[in-house]
Amino acid sequence: MPEEDLKPLLSTLARLAPEGRAALLPALHAAQAMYGYISERVAQAVAQALGVPLADVYGVIEFYSMFYDRPVGRSILRICTDAACQLRGSEKALDEACQRYGVVEGQMSADGEWTVERAPCLGLCNRAPAVNLGLPPQYIGEPEQHVFAPRSYAYGLRDPEGGAAADHIAGNPRLITVLCNGVKAASLETYISAGGMRAVHKWIGERRSPAELISEIKASGLVGMGGAAFPTGIKWEGAANAVGETKFLVINADESEPGTFKDRVLLEGDPCRVLEGAMLGAYAIGAHKIYCYMRGEYSLAIGRVNDAIGQLREAGYLGKNIVGSDYSLDVEIRAGAGAYICGEETALFESIEGKRGFPRIKPPFPTTHGLFGQPTVINNVETLAKVPLILSDGVAAFRSLGTEKSPGTKLFCLSGDVIQPGLYEVPFGVTLRHLLFDLAGGVEGGELQAVLLGGAAGAFATAQHLDVRLSFEDLRAAGLPLGSGVVMVFNQQRSMGSVMASLARFFAHESCGKCYPCQMGTQRQYEILQRVAAGRSQPGDAERLQDVGWTMTDSSLCGLGQTAASAVLSALRLWPELVAQ
Amino acid sequence: MEDSQPRMIHLVIDGQPVDVNEGATLLDAARQAGKEVPTICYHDHCTANGLCRMCVVEVEGARLLSPACVAQAAEGMTVHTRTARVERSRRTILEMLASSVDLSDAPEIQGLMALYSADAQRFPDASRRSHPVIDDNPMYIRDYSKCVLCWRCVQVCAEDAQYTFALNFSKRGYETSIATFYDKGMMETSCVFCGQCVGVCPTGALKPKRQWLLETGMGAEDVLSQTRSKARRKRRSEHTPGND
Repeated sequence: MPEEDLKPLLSTLARLAPEGRAALLPALHAAQAMYGYISERVAQAVAQALGVPLADVYGVIEFYSMFYDRPVGRSILRICTDAACQLRGSEKALDEACQRYGVVEGQMSADGEWTVERAPCLGLCNRAPAVNLGLPPQYIGEPEQHVFAPRSYAYGLRDPEGGAAADHIAGNPRLITVLCNGVKAASLETYISAGGMRAVHKWIGERRSPAELISEIKASGLVGMGGAAFPTGIKWEGAANAVGETKFLVINADESEPGTFKDRVLLEGDPCRVLEGAMLGAYAIGAHKIYCYMRGEYSLAIGRVNDAIGQLREAGYLGKNIVGSDYSLDVEIRAGAGAYICGEETALFESIEGKRGFPRIKPPFPTTHGLFGQPTVINNVETLAKVPLILSDGVAAFRSLGTEKSPGTKLFCLSGDVIQPGLYEVPFGVTLRHLLFDLAGGVEGGELQAVLLGGAAGAFATAQHLDVRLSFEDLRAAGLPLGSGVVMVFNQQRSMGSVMASLARFFAHESCGKCYPCQMGTQRQYEILQRVAAGRSQPGDAERLQDVGWTMTDSSLCGLGQTAASAVLSALRLWPELVAQ
Repeated sequence: MEDSQPRMIHLVIDGQPVDVNEGATLLDAARQAGKEVPTICYHDHCTANGLCRMCVVEVEGARLLSPACVAQAAEGMTVHTRTARVERSRRTILEMLASSVDLSDAPEIQGLMALYSADAQRFPDASRRSHPVIDDNPMYIRDYSKCVLCWRCVQVCAEDAQYTFALNFSKRGYETSIATFYDKGMMETSCVFCGQCVGVCPTGALKPKRQWLLETGMGAEDVLSQTRSKARRKRRSEHTPGND
């Protein structure tokens, strides 16, 4: 194999070098983009330029699915085979793609043109089966400082031809999705004419008290929409009061929970709204830098957020002394590289710091010891999208919708056997029946068998739960999670054993391997459920799944392991006959 | 001014009151109280990472089990070290280990298996982590089929001791293994053959090459001929009586 010309890489590395190890992921993205894979020689150059030990660089390359240590096809076709896509024929699509290009799954074609891979959830569950086609990279950052980010064309195999709106976005009232049309991003100008940026002018422009801002957020009852439902105001207050040289606000746009695509739709449709929320959060805690960590597969969203940041800089909303104040603030996009675990907040910090995405032991918590060891607030995209509403229209207006304990609206991601899959914005407290039947047209292909609520880390509901109101308090009382807003529907024809095996495969693929319960438990759970799906369950499997499941739930180090058995354990309660006792 | 006297923390472990210095972990506290809490990855001279979760204990009021090696003792805590929940986790972790890794050279873990009535055959048809033995230097061999991923070797090679950074990981999840840069032979890495990794390995995955060769039944002279440089061998033969 001819030796690569290192010149272009070395000039990129020279620019990244002052950041040291923290520039490792951007450097590897650049290397991957320039040479198609990361050879030993290229990895050595990266290690040398950034001052990172060779073995550590290799460890990072090996951790992330989108970095390759050996040649891959010039085009990489990633086909999602997780739950929602599996229902709609993704295994067949994967077989067909392999046949068409004459390859075995995961291998490169003889002419070096194609690699076909099985991919974890691509966040296109509403357009299943989903495909992600790797393309030459895009540049992000300021023009003279640009770095590479992965670029791909993501589409559903059943998307309408000719670029028509592919994401169905509905519900009522549409407060945070009002500008999302599934086609193109709302510009800053559009966002402003729809009432956007008022909160930034009101709070940052007039230099109003951050403490007062935080008390508004606390009074609004806003909680995190990524799944954990932690009160946002309390998180902000913790970081505001924490002592540290520098503070950070991080946008967690690493959406990867199977069945979830709400953050993608928001970032693709109305990126300025999310960024305005982040700016207000940064101001509240005294941060001058925002990191927007976006999953590497969300190429369209990365490009649109990058454009939005450019528009905000141009208009004086980002940079030095924003909106006439003496407060300075900027945003940097960081592209992930294919690791669900990096949606876990501390693993995400490790990833920005140029390391393998291993979650940290908590405590200490991010509000005091976060990114680079500094006080950090990390919020989900949907959470941040709600902040401008609260701070421009007031707490009372925000609380006029939803319930006392779950105020405002919520985004639900409907996929699977449903007539109209899509993103639905509804007030907290509507029933599952309303969402599924009145808004989404009901079940496709037969009677309702089950609904997976909250994602792969969620739990199954059945027809008896249709009248449960979708609020934190009502769902908790029914023993169901809201999670990230996933509503994945399964009709009576579906084999729930196969569905469970697919969820288990996801976790086995995405476990980071740090703590024993999850590292081995996700694998053992997958092996058992594979034989359950194949109708070859062995005596004792029910108890094995319980032991493995509860060990992961009770003893894992982070939220991934603690919820990796959640859906499976709920399925065992509903359908014990699927597994041999 | 800081107090020169450390603050005392009062807690109850398995019904027994214990006083420990502020900053003590639950593992410290349990040991002080004479309670046996099992560990695998923990090592007194390595950074505790809370990986193996064998040391989990039940703290009243906590939703999850707490890893004793990293959880700090707090005033008024009530801790249980051997509840049914705790035992289920420990037993299942041991059973999963036995179904993944060759524990034949790990007597401590075998002892724990007996103590917790863990069944090594619990998981039929489980895929095991099998790797060929790596014999790429005269000092030690690497038999990663026996590796329990305690991370000690990676840590002592890095900031916990030697600052050599020859070792890290390949892959992730169940497929994780300890690796050098692009799986290069140890002679081609930054390894300085300090031997600290071999010293901290709990399962015989890293072993002195001499020991390994002796275990295969090889005679002492042959072992030395394979593990010494030519110059050393020559010197030795010059001093061997009857060799003039």
